[in-house]
Amino acid sequence: MTDNLSTPPALLNPRSARSGKNNYELYSWLFMRISGIILVFLVLGHLFIMNILDGGVQRINFGFVAGRWASPFWQVWDLLQLWLAMLHGGNGLRTIINDYAENDRTRSFLKYLLLVTVVFIVLLGTLVIFTFDPNIS
Amino acid sequence: MAPIPATLYRGREGMWSWVAHRITGVAVFFFLFTHVLDTALVRVSPKAYNTVIESYKTPIVNFLEVGLVGAVLYHALNGIRLILIDFWSKGPKYHRVMLWVISAVWIIVMIPGFYFMTKHTFEQMFGGN
Repeated sequence: MTDNLSTPPALLNPRSARSGKNNYELYSWLFMRISGIILVFLVLGHLFIMNILDGGVQRINFGFVAGRWASPFWQVWDLLQLWLAMLHGGNGLRTIINDYAENDRTRSFLKYLLLVTVVFIVLLGTLVIFTFDPNIS
Repeated sequence: MAPIPATLYRGREGMWSWVAHRITGVAVFFFLFTHVLDTALVRVSPKAYNTVIESYKTPIVNFLEVGLVGAVLYHALNGIRLILIDFWSKGPKYHRVMLWVISAVWIIVMIPGFYFMTKHTFEQMFGGN
């Protein structure tokens, strides 16, 4: 910020003080951009293949999933997509909670809930991809 | 006090594209949460998975899917626009132009997208094959 005349007061005096201890927020900002670019290809590819090329949800059943995950390519695709999307989305929600939950206890609680949710979903999804058994009955 | 000059994120296109980015982001996050849970049913039994997926094969869910694709597509295109604003030296200057460009791309992709995604539903609702 070099031009103070055109800088709004909210940016000169932001509500959240800079912690000064580390560059966590810088890396978080950078992560959103890097994971975002990768997700553009992974997620739009996934949506295009699933909803249009492969005929949409009408074609989906257990056998379809089994056929798909027989290929390591789709396993890796889905695993990468799961991790990046959950971390990208979790970090986005963290930013939103920081912006809108002004009460300290509410903010801590929501971020704790978010952390538990992200860890649970990432671990569950990873477990499912790695332990998928096409012959389960 | 002099009026505060508009910045990239205060008012007009810059702010509303940011608002839409947040709303679509949150919506997609909650969908993803559900999507991992329903897919995890393949680890329970084929029957459990098939039962839940079967319940998705309705016109209402089909239109929700189109909404999801629209939300993801906006979030992706606007995300590219954000990256260009941050890293391209002329990004901030062209942020409005870029919003109109991504809006046009969104419409151009969503028209055939809507057609191919809802084809089955319309055939089912109004006869056909």
